[in-house]
Amino acid sequence: MEFRSVGFRIGERAILNNLNLTIEAGETLALLGRSGSGKTTALRLVNGMVLPSSGDVLVNGKPIREWDRVRLRRSIGYVIQEGGLFPHFTVERNIGLTPMLEGWTPDRIRNRVDELLERVSLPPADFAHRMPRQLSGGQRQRVGVARALAADPEILLFDEPFGALDPVTRLDLQREFLRLRAELRKTSVFVTHDVSEAMKLASRIALLDRGDLAFIGAPEEFRASKHPEARAFLDVLNAQ
Amino acid sequence: MLSDVLRDLLDEGIGLLGEHLLLVVSAILIAAAIAIPLGIAVTSHPKTRALALGTANIGQTIPSLALFGFLIPIPFIGGIGQHTAIIALVIYALLPILRNTVTGILGVDPSVRDSAEAMGMTRGQALRMVELPLAAPTILAGLRIATVTTVGTATIAAAIGAGGLGVFIFRGIASVDKLQILAGALPAALLALAADAGLGWLERRLARW
Repeated sequence: MEFRSVGFRIGERAILNNLNLTIEAGETLALLGRSGSGKTTALRLVNGMVLPSSGDVLVNGKPIREWDRVRLRRSIGYVIQEGGLFPHFTVERNIGLTPMLEGWTPDRIRNRVDELLERVSLPPADFAHRMPRQLSGGQRQRVGVARALAADPEILLFDEPFGALDPVTRLDLQREFLRLRAELRKTSVFVTHDVSEAMKLASRIALLDRGDLAFIGAPEEFRASKHPEARAFLDVLNAQ
Repeated sequence: MLSDVLRDLLDEGIGLLGEHLLLVVSAILIAAAIAIPLGIAVTSHPKTRALALGTANIGQTIPSLALFGFLIPIPFIGGIGQHTAIIALVIYALLPILRNTVTGILGVDPSVRDSAEAMGMTRGQALRMVELPLAAPTILAGLRIATVTTVGTATIAAAIGAGGLGVFIFRGIASVDKLQILAGALPAALLALAADAGLGWLERRLARW
């Protein structure tokens, strides 16, 4: 995945300026920044939910503009806050959606759903037939992750996945995230404004400051960064 | 003596009730066939949406008796009889259905809409599998409002020779006969209540998630 001099603006307002970034296969990149730093926009550029105003975003070497957008999105898992589950579908139908769109047989979908529910520590017998409203916030988030993994995508995108959770559940899911990361080795990008979360979960951190890339590197390097925005985030970390 | 009068009313009433139902059901089906697709089509275009809702709004501000009168001299669609009445009723029923279709689709949680797109649903799949099912209770609420008001408005259709329960009411008014007025008004009110209850039940069933 690669961002080549990517700019994005809405009317006159610049959201991202000349962003250059390469994301290696198998790594977990955190897009860190304050609200309005452009981090969610950067994430949404990867699966073509928004298109760059200038420059190019490449996935598997091919610019987003040349991808069939539907195909692209089905090969990228996407998890948002609270899971973004379809409230009128059971857990099973939510998770099996992309495989269903891809024309898998019902048996194959059912097996895959069970396997994924096990993977995110929700016993299928208990959870497959529940509706999203019958789940806690943490459980919804787990289902959201299972759904994103359903069609075995190479890339996973997370938009503030743990933002709306209580601290205990949050820690629980962060541990789960690390376990899945080690097991699956997918290329993952996640957006967060929580610096400790970025330090804990990411192999590299990209810090965005008002649309500019202020820093990119491993968490240890981030600690040593002299950039004022990086210092501001490190102050938060030290104050905890 | 009184029972003879009642039997006559009942005999005639069943026929008129049938006509009334026919007026209401055809008007609602036609209005739904126009307003629901139109509502879906204009949802994503704010300008056409405002135009469509504005036009439907104007349709509804015309006093019903006047609308029936206006339609009579218009060639092809006008004249005396049921089809003119149905056209007028359709014009009235459009707004609630159109407005609720638009409200229902726009009311779908943006994060759910986002998910549908991000998971690689085509526009048609997102509409069919996510937006319409989630908007269905609201759309049905619009159909319910339209049906209940149409049951009432359809009584005026008798003024242009379209039959229905309004025949009793107009005749009762002309002959100062309370029994005749009641024979038209009471079944119309009960019909409206029944439609309200039936569609309300369906609405709650659809919203069970």
